[in-house]
Amino acid sequence: MASTETFYEVMRRQGISRRSFLKYCSLTAAALGLAPSYAGRIAEAMETKPRTPVLWLHGLECTCCTESFIRSAHPLAQDVVLSMISLDYDDTLMAAAGHQAEAILEEIRERYRGNYILAVEGNPPLAQDGMSCIIAGRPFLEQLQEVAADCKAVIAWGSCASWGCVQAARPNPTRATPVHEVIRDKPVIKVPGCPPIAEVMTGVITYMLTFDRLPPLDRQGRPLMFYGQRIHDKCYRRPHFDAGQFVESWDDEGARKGYCLYKMGCKGPTTYNACSTVRWNDGVSFPIQSGHGCIGCSERDFWDKDSFYDHVTDTHVFGIEANADRVGIAAAGSVGAAIGAHAVASALHRTKQRDRAQHEEREE
Amino acid sequence: MTVKTANGFSLDDSGRRVVVDPVTRIEGHMRCEVNLDDDNVIRNAVSTGTMWRGLEVILRGRDPRDAWAFTERICGVCTGTHALTSVRAVEDALGIAIPENANSIRNIMQLTLQVHDHLVHFYHLHALDWVDVVSALDADPRETSRLAQSISAWPLSSPGYFRDVQNRVKRFVESGQLGPFMNGYWGNPAYKLPPEANLLALTHYLEALDFQKEIVKIHTVYGGKNPHPNWLVGGVPCAINVDGTGAVGAVNMERLNLISSIIDRTIEFIDQVYVPDLIAIAGFYKDWTYGGGLSSQAVLSYGDIPEHANDDSAENQLLPRGAIINGRLDEIHDVDLRDPDEIQEFVDHAWFSYPDESRGLHPWDGITEPDFTLGPNTKGTRTRIEQIDERAKYSWIKAPRWRGHAMEVGPLARWTIGYAQGIAEFKEPIDKVLTDLGLPFEALFSTLGRTAARGLEASWAAHKLRHFQDKLMAAIAAGDTTTANVERWEPSTWPKRAKGVGTSEAPRGALGHWVVIGSGKIENYQAVVPTTWNGSPRDPAGNIGAFEAALLNTPVARADEPLEILRTLHSFDPCLACSTHVMGPGGEELTRVKVR
Repeated sequence: MASTETFYEVMRRQGISRRSFLKYCSLTAAALGLAPSYAGRIAEAMETKPRTPVLWLHGLECTCCTESFIRSAHPLAQDVVLSMISLDYDDTLMAAAGHQAEAILEEIRERYRGNYILAVEGNPPLAQDGMSCIIAGRPFLEQLQEVAADCKAVIAWGSCASWGCVQAARPNPTRATPVHEVIRDKPVIKVPGCPPIAEVMTGVITYMLTFDRLPPLDRQGRPLMFYGQRIHDKCYRRPHFDAGQFVESWDDEGARKGYCLYKMGCKGPTTYNACSTVRWNDGVSFPIQSGHGCIGCSERDFWDKDSFYDHVTDTHVFGIEANADRVGIAAAGSVGAAIGAHAVASALHRTKQRDRAQHEEREE
Repeated sequence: MTVKTANGFSLDDSGRRVVVDPVTRIEGHMRCEVNLDDDNVIRNAVSTGTMWRGLEVILRGRDPRDAWAFTERICGVCTGTHALTSVRAVEDALGIAIPENANSIRNIMQLTLQVHDHLVHFYHLHALDWVDVVSALDADPRETSRLAQSISAWPLSSPGYFRDVQNRVKRFVESGQLGPFMNGYWGNPAYKLPPEANLLALTHYLEALDFQKEIVKIHTVYGGKNPHPNWLVGGVPCAINVDGTGAVGAVNMERLNLISSIIDRTIEFIDQVYVPDLIAIAGFYKDWTYGGGLSSQAVLSYGDIPEHANDDSAENQLLPRGAIINGRLDEIHDVDLRDPDEIQEFVDHAWFSYPDESRGLHPWDGITEPDFTLGPNTKGTRTRIEQIDERAKYSWIKAPRWRGHAMEVGPLARWTIGYAQGIAEFKEPIDKVLTDLGLPFEALFSTLGRTAARGLEASWAAHKLRHFQDKLMAAIAAGDTTTANVERWEPSTWPKRAKGVGTSEAPRGALGHWVVIGSGKIENYQAVVPTTWNGSPRDPAGNIGAFEAALLNTPVARADEPLEILRTLHSFDPCLACSTHVMGPGGEELTRVKVR
């Protein structure tokens, strides 16, 4: 079998010198919080790795995850598909249909047993005998469980696969069920968001290929590197929150000056995602920068936490950080107290996450 | 046995049955079955929507200002068009007028979607029905270069450029890991392009994949992200500030320049890559005249892209509104979405039940009770369907009808209506393409005509982007920076009960949302979407839908390779998550499967 292009060859082909390539590896190591000695390992992996098969299944979904994935600017989607992974099944892009498509699943399961990645977009419905999502005449759930049986790991793309998302919003008429609840014997990496940011998606995949391991996850199964902080923590409008300067009404003076959207219902203070740092579509903007509050689309059951414009959010999944409104009220009264409350909350969160990460490492 | 349908098609299900499930390179999940006669010609076609999510029942009791976000998630491919339709429906119900700038920005968002969606459809969902990837490896890059330079001024056209792409794909194929090209129908005699044209199209497949992500940055500026940008009842969420303190926190001069530059590059790409490729490919398939189906008989468009804000008249819509029935292009009928006798949905062949299934229901009175039952002639079991029984219920898609007629919607429907109305910007490009290819007018009503109309519309939309961006700039220059009307933002200002309709022309065709609001909450919400029209199953009168009609009488080169079936289905750009999201009113207790 002729050798295929490695990451390194792709970069060389794009006119990147070896010197720049090594620098890229060092920067990657630094960005991921690794010791400089890891740069060599990254370089080696990128120079020698062949392409890992990825089987990308679709359940009940809207295809926004695939659409987001092909928006990736670094790496480019075409380089991911042609040179980094072998995207052998993705019903949105694949040439084959019908039984020629389904035969691919069989073949990859046989040939790469335990060595392919299962990527899931959407989720299986359990109502109606599972037949509200039919693939090849059978319930999607069956296809999902069969392909999962021999995979190395599962990536749950987006909020559908991670949490259930819109079809699982009350009263969840099809009993749409997140992936980790039907696949219990494989590692499931959740990459939530509706959809997730393109470069977060390709970032998670390239991390797994480069280091040949799963990214460190938080307790809910999300990669810490992209979901470890709240949007509010790194929001460029944060100084206005701290100063008590808020948009009070759409298109008012505050909106035109780029004030904080907290009072317009922004869920940035309770949403863990990379929108305010990585931003969207090659870093062009993110919802808050474009004037609308965050709707919290990467959080579990975000559809069922009252209106997106309701700023009294009282959620119980974050422990001490639960009531973001308390922080907001504090901000209106005393800027110092607000910063203090946040600092304490953030520090506690960091400590918890560190403990968790260490705990998980010990388990391995 | 041959049966004549009410809308004039002959069905014969006696020949060999071929099943395609899943139909790929579409949005969502779909199954198709056909019967082939002894000459491998399709004589019966059955289109089945195979997914169903239930968004409308989920919307009940919610804040109508939130509905855009829920309905936007109906589809991530035509992202934003449901959100736009939703805010229009809510504004219609609540009597909210939007500022002129909000209308311009919404049009820019919608046109951006049209261009992006059509481009991605042509290269990434449809091209492989016409383009043989493996044949491209045999091309002489010098010939490809000659071909490219003969049809377009696009600068990336040197022999060396095409050789590099060819080498890359060669190495990819030689690796034995074919990725998305695995098990394709390469070498099928239905592929007609010479190797150099295949290489040209394959090269642009990759270029378009890179470029499409640039177009959507327009959504990112005005809506914060793509897919699924943000919208607002009463206007748009992005404030404009080009002069004062804090301008960097709003739509400012740098942002407007970014949009303007993307629009210029988009026009270039569409006019120098997409449209020339489309015409060149069509030239090799002139003899393949199949797939017309309903398009020459019954087409429907609601109209869209209002020139001015808050004017719903047909004259104010840049995309035409109207209905054509019985093939009478000389008679364009008015369309009224509020009239209970015009748009109705039937369920006698869909997995839903009505008290009286011989009758259709207008969306405001719509009932959606799920009823997953299979007919007595089904082969296989309830959870392992080998062959569907189309005489009984057979799809998660309802059957919408306009005054009882099955209708085709989409770019070809819009352009046919525009042509029939004699509007120059639709008529002239169609006439030019037909003249250049030496084809008669009737050739328009075909699979290829549908694909061509979409390409012409992408160019139309790209140029209209420029029009509305210039209009926005002129308004800002004149001192108008208003983007939202908040007079009726608070629910306390709303009537106790209100009904509204919102429409748009989504990339795939006519889209309507119907909302009933009571005591500040959504009481009822119904959407009838383009693929519900095109992919509809049969109705009590025996009419077949647009997908099924278009497949009939098409010869298939190899019975076990569904290339021609995919070609015609893809020409509609099916969107199944859109078409099949309806659901029963009560969140009924339904049977469950055991999870191992």
